[in-house]
Amino acid sequence: MPQLSDLIGSFVDDKICYDTGYQAPSQPATHTTQPIVTGSSVLGLKYKGGVILAADTLGSYGSLARFRDIRRITTVGKNILVGASGDYSDFQKIQELLEEVVAEDYCLDDGRTHTAKEIHSYLGRVLYGRRNKMDPLWNTLVIAGVENGNSFLGQVDLLGTQFEDDTLATGFGSHIARPLLRNAYNENLTEEEARKIVLDCMRVLFYRDARTIIKIQ
Amino acid sequence: AQTMEERAMATERPHGFDFDLCNRNAWLEKQGLKQLKPWSTGTTIAGVVFKDGVVLGADTRSTAGETVADKNCEKIHYIAPNIYCCGAGTAADTENVTGMISSQLELHKFRTGRESRVVTALTLLKSHLFRYQGYVSAALVLGGFDCKGPHLFTVFPHGSTDSLPFCTMGSGSLNAMAVYEQSYKEDMTKEEAMELTKRAIRAGIFNDLGSGSNVDLCVITADGVEYMRNMDMPNPRTFTAVPAPFKVGSTTVLKHKVLPLEQSVTITTTEEEEQGGGESMDTS
Repeated sequence: MPQLSDLIGSFVDDKICYDTGYQAPSQPATHTTQPIVTGSSVLGLKYKGGVILAADTLGSYGSLARFRDIRRITTVGKNILVGASGDYSDFQKIQELLEEVVAEDYCLDDGRTHTAKEIHSYLGRVLYGRRNKMDPLWNTLVIAGVENGNSFLGQVDLLGTQFEDDTLATGFGSHIARPLLRNAYNENLTEEEARKIVLDCMRVLFYRDARTIIKIQ
Repeated sequence: AQTMEERAMATERPHGFDFDLCNRNAWLEKQGLKQLKPWSTGTTIAGVVFKDGVVLGADTRSTAGETVADKNCEKIHYIAPNIYCCGAGTAADTENVTGMISSQLELHKFRTGRESRVVTALTLLKSHLFRYQGYVSAALVLGGFDCKGPHLFTVFPHGSTDSLPFCTMGSGSLNAMAVYEQSYKEDMTKEEAMELTKRAIRAGIFNDLGSGSNVDLCVITADGVEYMRNMDMPNPRTFTAVPAPFKVGSTTVLKHKVLPLEQSVTITTTEEEEQGGGESMDTS
């Protein structure tokens, strides 16, 4: 004899039963609880008249080195860089959001585009809003840019923590590379010197971080 | 008749794992005793081998949870005249483990009549820590110089060891390791090794919240040990709580009144005191 439980998830139309395949969930609905494909550290260093970012090109799938040539640093407009560590699919979503911002700038066509500080604020609000909905974008982002000769370097993480500094490193780099960057930083670094420092830090990270590869961006 | 040493060894080594105290702790918790937070040396310790010996370095901050318990503690412990050990983890564990192994080594030295070897200390430490399956939370950097040359080892709380040319332990270990990885080279001079270790510990002090205050260094060579306590003090106390006393005359005097005390106090002397004798207590 058909039970009521058999009828849930189906409806009757002229004596034909359709099964919509609905099943009562055994667990409550959850959002992102863990990152899947991850990127390791991103380093940022200000120098005189500019900023330099570095990241390796590895997308790890747990302990598997799955995607060995991904780009974890993207450009926004003409003079802003955004680098990400953490979940790569969430970073791709952030890239879509940033493209919408650039498109809005283009459509407004008023001679002004978003600055790095504004992008930093914007991403901070987005990430904080998502964290409050218990559905975070699992990334730590580094935003870098130059306006009128002044360099800007800021970080936003998956909790919505926003801050700016002269040297930044996410992930493992915050323990390993940050002391080296801090020791080496001074206000009058040239681009060549900054590049050398950052490459040296990437080398030390390759020695000591198990989720890196030798190719960097 | 057993020798003193054999007797010590016999009582020292029960067979198998002994978890009696774990039962006791569980019972105490059930009775309502709050778990005491162990004093942890959130720490940066480091060691490096150079041409003629070993340099050990440590910071001097001891933390109990989020408070600094001791601003200038000693984390480089004596094991033998030619062997020293830096300790990270629970302060009680590191101090007592190094103390115990130091005593055992001294007894062993009397037995053998020879200078202690670093590998002996290493084996004693690792077998003790392994017996307690990681519950004795001591992460150590053991360094020394013996007849076979300079040695540097790390010992982890579970009892595994590594023999390395340079190593770091503690919460600031990654910060110090970065400095080592950047600038280490083989066959350094003593000055280069000291400078490198000082910079590594400084990286831990300034970039790790569990480490701080001053740098201690210990250089062990064939000629002996140089224990440099507080060789670098990059965190001086700039503001004192007690202000310096004011100079006489810095406040203008408005009124001045002198009251001679003889008018208000009567001074009398008794006869006995004038004679210099008098009744005194019988203290026999």
